Amino acid sequence: MSQVNRLATGGRIDRAKPMSFTFNGKTYQGFDGDTLASAMLANGVGIVGRSFKYSRARGILGHGAEEPNALMQLHKGNATVPNPRATQVELFDGLTATSTNGWPNAEFDIMQWVGIIGGKLMPPGFYYKTFMAPQKMWMTYEKFIRKAAGFGKLSLEPDPDTYDKLNVHCDVMVVGAGPAGLAAALEAGRSGKRVIIVDEQNEFGGTLLGSKQTVDGVDAAAWAEQATSELAGMANVTAMPRTTAFGYYDHNFLCALERRTDHIGPVALAGTRQRVHRIRAHQVVLATGAIERPLVFGNNDLPGIMLANSVSTYINRYAVVPGQRCVVMTTNDSGYQTALDIQSAGRTVVAVVDSRHAPDGRLVEAAKVAGIQVMAGHGVIEAQGGKKVTGAIVAPLDEAGDKVTGAGKTLSCDLIAVAGGWSPVVHLSCHTGSRPVWQEDVAGFVPGPTIQNQHLAGAVAGEYGLSQALNAGIQAGATAAGTECAQVFNCGDESEGAAQALYLVPHTKPISRAPKQFVDFQNDVTAAGIELAAREGFQSIEHVKRYTAMGFGTDQGKTGNVNGMAIVAKALNKSIAETGTTIFRPAYTPVTFGAIGGRDIGVLLDPARHTAMHPWHVANGAEFENVGQWKRPWYFPQAGETMQQTLNRECLAVRNSVGMLDASTLGKIDIQGKDAREFLNRVYTNAWTKLAPGKCRYGLMLKEDGMIFDDGVTACLSDHHFLMTTTSGGAAAVLAWLELWHQTEWPELDVYFTSVTDQWATCSFAGPNSRKVLEKLCTDVDLSAEAMKFMDYREGTVAGIKSRIFRISFTGELSFEVNVPADQGHYMWQKLMEAGEEFGITPYGTESMHVLRAEKGFIIAGQDTDGSMTPYDCLMGWAVGKTKTFSFLGERSFTRPDTARADRKQLVGLKPKDPTVVIPEGSQIVMDPNQPIPMDMMGHVTSSYWSECLGHGIAMGTVKGGLARMGETVYCPLADGRVLAAEICSPVFYDPKGDHHHD
Amino acid sequence: MHHIYCPYCEETREEEEYSYTGEAHIERPKDPASITDEAWGDYLFFRSNPRGIHHEMWFHAAGCRRYFNATRDTHSYQIHETYKMGELPTITAKTIAADTLAAQQGDAS
Repeated sequence: MSQVNRLATGGRIDRAKPMSFTFNGKTYQGFDGDTLASAMLANGVGIVGRSFKYSRARGILGHGAEEPNALMQLHKGNATVPNPRATQVELFDGLTATSTNGWPNAEFDIMQWVGIIGGKLMPPGFYYKTFMAPQKMWMTYEKFIRKAAGFGKLSLEPDPDTYDKLNVHCDVMVVGAGPAGLAAALEAGRSGKRVIIVDEQNEFGGTLLGSKQTVDGVDAAAWAEQATSELAGMANVTAMPRTTAFGYYDHNFLCALERRTDHIGPVALAGTRQRVHRIRAHQVVLATGAIERPLVFGNNDLPGIMLANSVSTYINRYAVVPGQRCVVMTTNDSGYQTALDIQSAGRTVVAVVDSRHAPDGRLVEAAKVAGIQVMAGHGVIEAQGGKKVTGAIVAPLDEAGDKVTGAGKTLSCDLIAVAGGWSPVVHLSCHTGSRPVWQEDVAGFVPGPTIQNQHLAGAVAGEYGLSQALNAGIQAGATAAGTECAQVFNCGDESEGAAQALYLVPHTKPISRAPKQFVDFQNDVTAAGIELAAREGFQSIEHVKRYTAMGFGTDQGKTGNVNGMAIVAKALNKSIAETGTTIFRPAYTPVTFGAIGGRDIGVLLDPARHTAMHPWHVANGAEFENVGQWKRPWYFPQAGETMQQTLNRECLAVRNSVGMLDASTLGKIDIQGKDAREFLNRVYTNAWTKLAPGKCRYGLMLKEDGMIFDDGVTACLSDHHFLMTTTSGGAAAVLAWLELWHQTEWPELDVYFTSVTDQWATCSFAGPNSRKVLEKLCTDVDLSAEAMKFMDYREGTVAGIKSRIFRISFTGELSFEVNVPADQGHYMWQKLMEAGEEFGITPYGTESMHVLRAEKGFIIAGQDTDGSMTPYDCLMGWAVGKTKTFSFLGERSFTRPDTARADRKQLVGLKPKDPTVVIPEGSQIVMDPNQPIPMDMMGHVTSSYWSECLGHGIAMGTVKGGLARMGETVYCPLADGRVLAAEICSPVFYDPKGDHHHD
Repeated sequence: MHHIYCPYCEETREEEEYSYTGEAHIERPKDPASITDEAWGDYLFFRSNPRGIHHEMWFHAAGCRRYFNATRDTHSYQIHETYKMGELPTITAKTIAADTLAAQQGDAS
């Protein structure tokens, strides 16, 4: 296969290393050093995809990150990558690429007929206007619309590659290694500062690599190589090509994606494919350059219409001339360089069409001297062709570039190079919240003011000349490094004539009737569409963006935005500075999810916390549930059991003999200090003044608004030493809460908090035989009902281990908790299981724990309460001290009118009328199921279970004014149409007198 | 991502180590029982939400576990200072306005 557009010499490609690749199933050849785009152009590939809305044929427009059209689907199977730009894909042997859209393929696309026929009928807002009514049908329409449009596809298989994230620090971070960035990095590097310089391309140099200028007498590309090798020799400089700084965040924090193997093959053969560097820099130099703007004229999206600077880059850097007969359309001097490049590559320049009436720069003269026809005061008003450009209609324009002033003529050509001026790459500077400002003299938005330690250098600041960029770079490097710089570069820049700001080339027909004049290629936004948006009343540039979808593509409007904004401004009769710009958000170019995830996937996504007894639970077939990060045994099924059968067995074991729960996950906070008792008085609702050592007390913790926040039992170990327990999920929040009050309001209190959750393992065993089990293992504590009462605490030896023994109960049965140092927890659990064997001791999990506590009406903070329940709402006034001297947290809020209302939602028991029914948790509660919708919502079911020992379903729920409605019937209408009736009752279903746990 | 100086650790650390815990210098009424419902409601629920200088509490949760205060610009995210609990800010909206005015007058003269 011949490379019809490849030059015999020149370029930064290695002709000794040919490489084959396929595009849409056809095999082509390229060379090492090519991008996929340059290789496609070398082979004369014209159509690379179809447009989003109208399915028009599209070709390659640019040569870098700005490319809107050439989105590829790379590689196959699990390594496939959707939507990279062919202009940024380095070629390797065996690379496979396809277009991301087009059906049956990009060359022969059926949807284009929809675009041609329906194009006039698809104004901006088309989808909103057409498919949103009736609204519920949108989901149906959307499926087909997305299928017809759409971009690349993800693999549904796991990613075969691994990715890393690194945290990095430096003194000076330089983004971009074009002339300005290289100069900045050299200067900062020479000062000895720690420097990081990144560039998205495969080699440093940026525009220098495709330039024919010299730097201090040295070839531009050779100077770039010298600079790169000097940087490589500095130990204090980290230089990373193939690395895109994609986000710039607060306080000089940047993220950069390093592509380590994408240029070698679809999958990394060793190590990671990509890594994200999370960089914190003292100083940042943005040398991100500028992107050339296309020109907006009729059919300006035909394949064969390219950015002039990109044409030059393809010629000089890749030795590819993407056409035989070229028309250059320009508004400034840079188009002339392209014309000269095309001519010296041996191809025909039909004409340079310049919108300016009297262009006078040195490049203009050079072009004329070279015999190139210059058509001043003209514009390409329309391109001709179908799948490829075949001609340009050129017509004279008035001086302002507003009107066509004469008859047009057609120039036959197969390439139109467009030079519409430059847009500084302000993206990164926007990420930190700085809004770009319009700078009239450079006809572009430049980065606005910032509080970051940030410096700009080169084209990003509108400094387009090579000497200008280098000198700005070296100055920025010096300032960032805190040094003085005396070096001045001289590149003998040609003096440039003034550029004309021309954002829309006029047509003989009005915008609405002219052939489509594209502004945003990727989203098919036209000048007519933008004008229509303005006519329909959209004034804010942000609204126009959202209505037309301008800049919403994966390219974020890198080429089209400024033209679009200028067209909006003109339609609104305002200046561009007045209408302003939308801003860019991270990421500059798309980042793979793999790289964002790094190693934090699968089991490393979130830490899993295991108790000391975890291996026993696993060995004994436990099913687990997540409680925060904890893996807690949920239930312990035996062979052939359903979950309900397991729960029934576990609960009955506790009620009739003994069962054991791993309660290690409960939060445990060790509280010491001579004011510990006073502190507890202030943070808990009840009184702690008289709690003697060896005693425990249940406490309710409220937020200042009087609402329950957490609960738990706290034991007095000695006068100045307490052990507080919290809910499993609330432990961290409770500790932070205690520290907050101590540090901010009551620093005078002598009290210290230490989390000991992980240090102690807890075996909680309950049931009438629980004392007998413990007595077998513990002989140094009198465990009799008289000696060790309910809510007593003792230290003792259990199975030879020094233990903390609590007689507390969350089941309503006689119950003990044994705390031992965590490394003894597994042993203690086994010993208790052995000791309990004769009583049929049964391990149970969190689900049975929930049933057992619900039978007793014990709340779970966070399940039965939701931050809007006071103790009184939960019938727990008994836990509120009435005579405490210090106004404990939340107390004052009890008398707020809203907190004191009688019709607040209150927690009550719910007994299903049909005893076999278990009401689904979360069910809404109404008083009258026959009330027309919307019904009065009275509350909802918070907890609901089957109680095997009672033989009927039980539930708790919140009901407005529920405490005054005892005995009333409420209804739960379910989504499936059933309506379940229940009677409001006391939430204490089992042993209401509390005899059992006092035995 | 913020870079925050902990006045207790005396080091600048990543935001990931901290939690934001609300407006600073909200003092709990000394005798809650004696104040009106309205005053108590103000203490409970009402917080300033300025565009610009804000004094706020941060918690060095994954560090020294100390609460401290920061003077931060809610618009630019610039942190002007951090200071220990119980101390007062040296930079406020007032001092910044005065500095700006002085700078403008300096430019004018």
